[in-house]
Amino acid sequence: MVGSLKQARIAFVEAPIGRLVNLLVILAVLYVIFILAMKVVGQGPSYFLQILTFGVANGAIYALVALGYTMVYGIIELINFAHGDLFTLGGFISVFLLPIFGLDASKAGTAGIILPLLAVFIVTMLICGAINVSIERVAYRPLRRAPRLAPLITAVGMSFVLEGVMFLWKGPFNVPYPNLLPTTGFVIGGATIGVKDIFVIVVAGILMVVLALFVSRSRLGKAMRATAQDQDATELMGIDINRTIAATFFIGAVLAGAGGTIFGLYYNTMVFDLGFSAGLFAFTAAVFGGIGNIQGAALGGLLIGLITALWDGYMESTWTQVIIFAILILVLVFRPTGLLGMRVPEK
Amino acid sequence: MGLLDVAGINVFYGRVQALRGVSLSINPGEIVALIGSNGAGKTTTLRTISGLNHATTGRVVFDGRDITAVPAHDVVRAGIGHAPEGRRLFPRMIVFDNLMMGTYARKDRAGIPADVARVYDLFPRLKERTKQLAGTLSGGEQQMLAIGRALMARPKLLMLDEPSLGLAPILCETIFRVLTEINAQGTPILLVEQNASKALDIAHRAYVLETGSIVQTGTGKELLSSPDVQRAYLGM
Repeated sequence: MVGSLKQARIAFVEAPIGRLVNLLVILAVLYVIFILAMKVVGQGPSYFLQILTFGVANGAIYALVALGYTMVYGIIELINFAHGDLFTLGGFISVFLLPIFGLDASKAGTAGIILPLLAVFIVTMLICGAINVSIERVAYRPLRRAPRLAPLITAVGMSFVLEGVMFLWKGPFNVPYPNLLPTTGFVIGGATIGVKDIFVIVVAGILMVVLALFVSRSRLGKAMRATAQDQDATELMGIDINRTIAATFFIGAVLAGAGGTIFGLYYNTMVFDLGFSAGLFAFTAAVFGGIGNIQGAALGGLLIGLITALWDGYMESTWTQVIIFAILILVLVFRPTGLLGMRVPEK
Repeated sequence: MGLLDVAGINVFYGRVQALRGVSLSINPGEIVALIGSNGAGKTTTLRTISGLNHATTGRVVFDGRDITAVPAHDVVRAGIGHAPEGRRLFPRMIVFDNLMMGTYARKDRAGIPADVARVYDLFPRLKERTKQLAGTLSGGEQQMLAIGRALMARPKLLMLDEPSLGLAPILCETIFRVLTEINAQGTPILLVEQNASKALDIAHRAYVLETGSIVQTGTGKELLSSPDVQRAYLGM
């Protein structure tokens, strides 16, 4: 897919009219950045800092979800459209678990929430992981050798199945999520940086660092990288690729489950089809950073979060989705391998 | 009973039959060549032995154990190293990491440094390029790495699929010289080759495969002087 896009891009850039279009696109992007910069300067630094905080927190959540897209794509070249719904499911499962672990609004903001909340995180992440492994086993593995389109359509189908299940479970309306985290914050340079913001950034950051270390150091991480490069050769090294692929789905879903829980704690509301738009944003983040590239997904998530926050804060928030998907299109046209790209030397 | 006994395997790709009752055996210490033209089923034979493909009927017995239905990742553990067709390296890993992937199934971590040294000894070029990405190596270096990677599992049997394909004559010489060296150090080799004269030259025994069936067998020398083989594979 990337190859043909690259060819399209070359044709696009080389045609004389293409050059004009390129110029116009660059001018349009510069114009938008200029307008944004004017507004940023006009509103003053404390507001900018506030938006930045919000953007980083938001971006951390997108990054967690984007990692799952990029890992699965990296290993079996499947865009797992059901991944965004696992994120929502993580939120729903954790909101179900909170009272079981004795967490309710009366304990909000106290130190007593730390351990039970940790337990909720772990159980939610494990359940999400198990569900995603089952999905892979039932829906994707039988199609491993089928044409590329078959598992893709199946992934869209799994997305609908998950959304349907969550619709039946919680109904069509917003599900309130208890506001457990302290609502206090620190005032820095006129902007309030909430405990919540710090919580989101720290938890997401820790998970991403653990993942990066795991993939680069562990035996399973090595097996994952090998499987991504050549499945038959990986088998010949004595690695069970079915188990490796299942582990990849597990890890992706663990991050999505954590992301959903963090989202609930941050925004205090969830809805059954949240994963559709959040998933598309995270997918855009993964493509933006370079699909298949783990650092790229983290960077892309952060940038998408920042762009969303900047647009919401300074421009028309109704246009934010348009901007995000315009970025997706521009990346696919001008740099289909994303910002960091995949290092792919010739075989 | 040899080290490896393949008995009457039939292998299908969908409805197309690739192997028709292929039987062959390898004894300890031997180099056995499998020659034949394109599409004769040489690669399929190796893939079936190493578990990447599976036989519908027939048996593959290695070291006294029936491995007919064993998946590829367990066949390595049984002791068969396979340097596959097209080398199949991990292009985005450096040379050293490719060698380390070859040790994945090993139990004795302690013996690994000595085997790295052995591979670098057999192929000094790899030592010079130890930190280079495998995808950026030349064809000959890639082939050396593919053989080295298979050796890193300490196989009881080494299977090589077209190690000389696409290599300059001088590199071919090197590869075949190293193969005899590896064999002399005690590892039996099953060698698939299109370069029949070179393969028969170093092989103790050989089989000729034609459209999925073994049509001739004998020692390397016998086949080199066989009129059928000379006409079909040696261009005489």
